[in-house]
Amino acid sequence: MDAIFLQLLNGLDKGGAYALIALGLTLVFGTLGVVNFAHGALFMLGAFCAVSFQKLLTISMKVRDESITFFEAYKEVPYLEIWFGDFGSMIIDWSVPLSILLTIPTMLLIGLAMERGLIKHFYKRTHAEQILVTFGLAIVVQEVIRHFYGANPIPTPAPDIISGSAPIGLWLGLSENLVYPWWRIIYLTFSIIIITAVFAFLQLTTFGMVVRAGMQDREMVAMLGINVERKFTIVFGMAAVVAGLAGMMYAPILPPDYHMGMDFLVLSFVVVVVGGMGSLRGAVAAGFLLGILQSFASLNEIKSILPGIDQIIIYLVAVVILLTRPRGLMGRKGVMED
Amino acid sequence: MSDTKNWNRRDVMKAGAAFAAAGAAPMFFTKDAWAAKDFMNNPSNSSTVTLGFNVPQTGAYADEGADELRAFKLAVKHLNGEGDGGMMNTMKPSMLKGNGILGKKVAYVTGDTQTKSDAARASAKRMIEKDGVIMFSGGSSSGVAIAVQGLAQEMGVVFMAGLTHSNDTTGKDKRRYGFRHFFNAKMSGSALGPVLKERMGTDRNAYHLTADYTWGWTQEQSIKETTEGLGWNTAKAVKTPVGAGDFSQYITPILNSGADTLILNHYGKDMINSLTQAVQFGLRDKQVNGKDFQIIVPLYSRLMAQGAGENLKGILGTTNWNWALTDNGSQAFVKSFGSEYGFPPSQAAHTCYVQTLLYANACEMAGTFYPPEVIKQLEGFNFDGMGNGKTEYRAADHQCFKDVLVVEGNQNPSSQFDLLKIVKEVPRSQVEYDASIFGGDLGPYEV
Repeated sequence: MDAIFLQLLNGLDKGGAYALIALGLTLVFGTLGVVNFAHGALFMLGAFCAVSFQKLLTISMKVRDESITFFEAYKEVPYLEIWFGDFGSMIIDWSVPLSILLTIPTMLLIGLAMERGLIKHFYKRTHAEQILVTFGLAIVVQEVIRHFYGANPIPTPAPDIISGSAPIGLWLGLSENLVYPWWRIIYLTFSIIIITAVFAFLQLTTFGMVVRAGMQDREMVAMLGINVERKFTIVFGMAAVVAGLAGMMYAPILPPDYHMGMDFLVLSFVVVVVGGMGSLRGAVAAGFLLGILQSFASLNEIKSILPGIDQIIIYLVAVVILLTRPRGLMGRKGVMED
Repeated sequence: MSDTKNWNRRDVMKAGAAFAAAGAAPMFFTKDAWAAKDFMNNPSNSSTVTLGFNVPQTGAYADEGADELRAFKLAVKHLNGEGDGGMMNTMKPSMLKGNGILGKKVAYVTGDTQTKSDAARASAKRMIEKDGVIMFSGGSSSGVAIAVQGLAQEMGVVFMAGLTHSNDTTGKDKRRYGFRHFFNAKMSGSALGPVLKERMGTDRNAYHLTADYTWGWTQEQSIKETTEGLGWNTAKAVKTPVGAGDFSQYITPILNSGADTLILNHYGKDMINSLTQAVQFGLRDKQVNGKDFQIIVPLYSRLMAQGAGENLKGILGTTNWNWALTDNGSQAFVKSFGSEYGFPPSQAAHTCYVQTLLYANACEMAGTFYPPEVIKQLEGFNFDGMGNGKTEYRAADHQCFKDVLVVEGNQNPSSQFDLLKIVKEVPRSQVEYDASIFGGDLGPYEV
């Protein structure tokens, strides 16, 4: 029972990340009709916003280790700690949550620059060409990050006070072995808040109404005198922010490295296909569904019956969905069916 | 009795020439015979000899590959008589003179393994066929080492492995043309055993998470043999996909398994991620069966230690070599590498540097580049002054035997490089084993 509950939490947590990335992918595909293979890179850039912010806060005075003469060995003491003592240490400790201040404007700017500088020139090209150019862009971004930050993952810990596990077993009157990391609980809550916020924005604001209308019939909205292109550029920026925030908050779970976006991108595309290309609700539902399925497939009891199922379950589901319902679980009729 | 008093200058010169011819005869019939023999990329007609350095330049192990490449370049520099000579000054016995190899200037080409077997083979093949390398070296993965070692045997070009820790490399997949200076999983287990007994006792319940490929399998097997030999129980051994990223679904079952020890048979990024997540799930602070929960990482590297950060503190593992060793060889290498690049070398750099020098020395000893003769010089070669104490390249399986380091994540580092603390230098005699236990066949000298 405990094991099942924990795997459910794992699945929801993982699903939260899949859903956030898939949501951005779907927004871009639904509005601009672009299959954006650089979306994983945006997730990675978000995580590196957290890394950069941490590096910024920990700019240090270097105290040389005099016992080493062959090279410069030093112990670093952050200036924030020198100037502000414990308060400085606390600010550094909270660098990941605080990096949201850097992530939102940075990712918005990156998103807008990407759309205006490259993507817009490929609106009328085939999906194959869009995939090629965005995949190429993803590789370029990835290699730039590797050049500056190296290939090794960079530890980006959560604040000390929430770095351990929550005793959820005790809260629920279950086993005391039932614990779950605080940061993962925060991540799940965060992903639900962001997803809700995006839906609320699209459902409850005039801007969102125009975007939804544009997703249904772009030409008709344009004929009404609305500058759809400008709105969609903003949507691209919004998708970049969502992916960036997903990556930034994931940094304490998975120490960021230049390749992390690519690892998530493939899975997120499967999520989008299963949920239905262009369906926001489908993307979110499929994200959580596949996250949960992947977690349960990793149970030792399941793996003893079906060895290796944990590694193929997501693709197996995708194959079944594509064979039986090509437009995905909640996809619009006609999309991806021809 | 001959009358030597009446010898004139011409007679002396004739006698001298005769003696010289007689003295040189064995060399004409051996050395030049090898030189004349047709073998892959015979450099006898060239003033240079080319070595191939096949390292991961892209992918997850690119940083490790970059450090290997730095070490190779340094080794070439020293072989050609430039720089301070590094370990060439401490290696014993040594026939290296700082004038290249057999008087030929050493040149090199590089390749990118991408830490993928097929890419590494393609890159090695290009080096052999297009660039004419006489030996190639490097790599950061056992899967890659085994793949390119097979190619080395097929093509008759010596491969001096870089970082590879699987027992299979010099076990069931050993090859006559492949040599490993780096230690292996069996040796890690043997070295860790006594330290684990001393620190954790003989009554433990261990849970393994194992990377699902050759290195992970052999490490799990070797560590299990060690821990079960101590009296520990193995609660479960779970294979995890390489590059899983999020290991939470594999970690949560440990919480209710009754295990009090987690052994992470992961390397590189996988180890960084699984350890970080295991600590987040509270395993390091957990108490099971009245004991403190322990995590063990049998194979460490400095780059992994950098990636894992604070999570690594106090966690035991093993390494092949560490820059903080104080023997003359290690210090000479650290000085040379540190002065050149501004930071200390990793264990991957160390093994690659040593491999290059060992190959060059074997050529000098053989007096030829002819691979079968070079191989014979490396087989059973005993040397010292290269870090890790007295070392032997065992002839039976081409595995180097030397002292192994048991280390732990440093609780209180004095600098950014002081990440691992040496707990014990386990003597070579404790990590030696019978070469036949892993099977395999080296194959022929002549290919």
